[in-house]
Amino acid sequence: MARINSPEELEQFRKELLSTRDPSTPCISVCAGAGCLASGAAEVIAAFRTELETQGLTARVQIKGTGCPGFCERGPVVVIYPEEICYLQVKPEDVPEIISQTIKEKKVVERLLYVEPSTGEKTTYESDIPFYKHQKRHIIGSNIKIDPKTIDDYLFIGGYSALAKVLFGMTPEAVLEEVKKSNLRGRGGGGFPAGRKWEGSRDAPEEIKYVIVNADEGDPGAFMDRALLEGNPHSILEGLIIGAYAIGSHEGYVYVRQEYPLAVENITLAIERAEAYGFLGKDILGSGFDFTVMVHQGAGAFVCGESTALMTALEGRPGEPRPKYIRSNVKGLWDRPSVLNNVETWANVPLIINRGADWFTQFGTEGSKGTKIFSLVGKIANTGLVEVPMGITLRDIIHKIGGGIPGGKKFKAVQTGGPSGGCIPESLLDLEVGFDELSKVGSMMGSGGMIVMDEDTCMVDVARYFLNFLTDESCGKCVPCREGMRQMLKVLTNITQGKGKAGDIELLQELSEVAKDASLCALGQSAPNPFLSTLQYFRDEYEAHIQERRCPALSCKELISFYIDPLKCTACMICLRQCPSDAIIGGKRQVHVVVQEKCTKCGTCFDACPSRFGAVMKLSGEPVPPPIPEEDRMIARESKQK
Amino acid sequence: MENGRVDQIIDKHHCEASSLIQVLLEIQSENHWLPTAALKRISERLQVPLTRIQHIATFYKAFSLVPKGRHEIHLCMGTACHVRGAPRLLDTIQDLIGIKPGETDLDLKFSLETVNCLGCCALGPVMEVDGKAHGKMGPAMTADVLKKL
Repeated sequence: MARINSPEELEQFRKELLSTRDPSTPCISVCAGAGCLASGAAEVIAAFRTELETQGLTARVQIKGTGCPGFCERGPVVVIYPEEICYLQVKPEDVPEIISQTIKEKKVVERLLYVEPSTGEKTTYESDIPFYKHQKRHIIGSNIKIDPKTIDDYLFIGGYSALAKVLFGMTPEAVLEEVKKSNLRGRGGGGFPAGRKWEGSRDAPEEIKYVIVNADEGDPGAFMDRALLEGNPHSILEGLIIGAYAIGSHEGYVYVRQEYPLAVENITLAIERAEAYGFLGKDILGSGFDFTVMVHQGAGAFVCGESTALMTALEGRPGEPRPKYIRSNVKGLWDRPSVLNNVETWANVPLIINRGADWFTQFGTEGSKGTKIFSLVGKIANTGLVEVPMGITLRDIIHKIGGGIPGGKKFKAVQTGGPSGGCIPESLLDLEVGFDELSKVGSMMGSGGMIVMDEDTCMVDVARYFLNFLTDESCGKCVPCREGMRQMLKVLTNITQGKGKAGDIELLQELSEVAKDASLCALGQSAPNPFLSTLQYFRDEYEAHIQERRCPALSCKELISFYIDPLKCTACMICLRQCPSDAIIGGKRQVHVVVQEKCTKCGTCFDACPSRFGAVMKLSGEPVPPPIPEEDRMIARESKQK
Repeated sequence: MENGRVDQIIDKHHCEASSLIQVLLEIQSENHWLPTAALKRISERLQVPLTRIQHIATFYKAFSLVPKGRHEIHLCMGTACHVRGAPRLLDTIQDLIGIKPGETDLDLKFSLETVNCLGCCALGPVMEVDGKAHGKMGPAMTADVLKKL
């Protein structure tokens, strides 16, 4: 492909692209994001290819592996255009039927459609599925239309038009003004206004400036940046180039963690393609503006998501944060002005330029504009990525989009903001989602992880889990974080093991104060949040652990015992066979008994016991009843004795 | 790993000290661990003190200074997997193969690592064995997978 040298040539090229694609040509899009690949999407794509070939349809039907549309729960997801018929949980054996029915006969394969669990109603089209219907998918919506390995699909849906608009129709100041007007706030955690950050760099006296994409998405349970980088890498590049133009930078970096190999591959490929087309490199689109991008792989350190640590890592050193007396947008990478924004923030930029700040600000709340992608995971019916306008309530996200809690369990809390965030209880579910709103209740927006917890989740254990994570990830540079976390973790672990004592809560509070005030970077400063917020809303659980040695959620291993109710046990042998540590004794027509000394409390018997019997019980805070005497263990089965 | 190959990787990154992490990553992904000889070679070529390389190799999670087992087990301990019971899986795995996270067994059969989110939360709890993801695992299923290796 030849270089594109002017905006006219770009439009000409786009026109040609549009004319070569007949909109009525069937196109099969299969999600090839990480979640669907893990559920077998690659095999489905291969099956489609083979089937199309054997049927001689290769020329008439397009097939592509695309980015993640977000509905990971029902993966692999297949969408068939132009009708937008959406099939879920597709397996390779379904492929021949899809080809013969839907592609050839234009009939819908009913059994692969979305079924509403409550009503049993089937939904044919993607946009009608409740999971999608309540979203505003400005950014992630394009993923399913794009094969991220090519650039043409992105151009097809209008890609790089914002770049052309900026380079030929707007001054850098005007771009900056537009972004400031949109009040776009950083989607990576802090929520700092992007426009102001850019302005600081632009005004800095240094000649050489940098723009950086922060794709070191380390929050456990959050994968929206990965989905964007894997699914639509060009939108991020386009945003980055626009940002570089606005602040006067000619060099950019994408810092992406090596744990995301597909993202590394797709962004690297995207950069090559963009260079070939003339969207990157010297004299972009013939405008005279030069800009190059390099990919830097992160080697696995959560703290490198922090701005100064990330820049230190980019310099080839251990990623330890440094004090921010001067902000990194003035003195950052190699001590030069550096604008660092996360993936989603950059992806918003082309939209703001194309549709204007006024369009952008119509979504959201007073302080938080636009949409935000959340990764909705944990004890939720529809796990996946959801993009919603700011200001939507947590209840709507969890119940309308997420489909509520599976298995008839009761909702307990939702954890937002990753390890630096907090847990929000049911009483606050009508909270509108926004940067300031979430901070007010002791949590934070963070990068957008949203982990739903039900009645079986122990809140003390959740706090311990996050502290354990942060202790492990603390870089060790400053004492309050390194030592404070360690002590907090010790105390919390003791509590979950039934070794808590009076005064522990106060000690934890004191340690939290110090870590908050005296840590160098946000990792340490916000590390006590999971503890503080769970204490604020679930103090009774802490007290039950300490005073009664009881875990109300029946989750902490050291505080629970498994017991088989002899009156309910029908001696079906299911739990006995599955127990990995042979801790259940019994036999045919002989009531099963858990040998407490051998039990590792893995819970297999509890899960295995058929719900119609419900004989296996978890006990906490009370003594385990003695096993029934051996002579009473025989079950008389009347029907068989006859 | 031969010095020739190490040199090739260093040259690919233009022999720049700032590319140290990228060089190490490439060696790690090809060789699965960082042998001392390779580190010494990098130190010479990039003019970076060996202590700093050691600092980096121990700071970042991706690097290993000891050989890895033939089967690499990555157990996801992300929040979503945690609340869905990943700690139970960890106990089962540790009982079965007798090593803790970060360790490799003596006959180099298994290496066990815990990772923070593999990004397929819908399938949680997830265990990845030699690059293949096994989703919605329970202790009994985990034992089945490992016994087959």
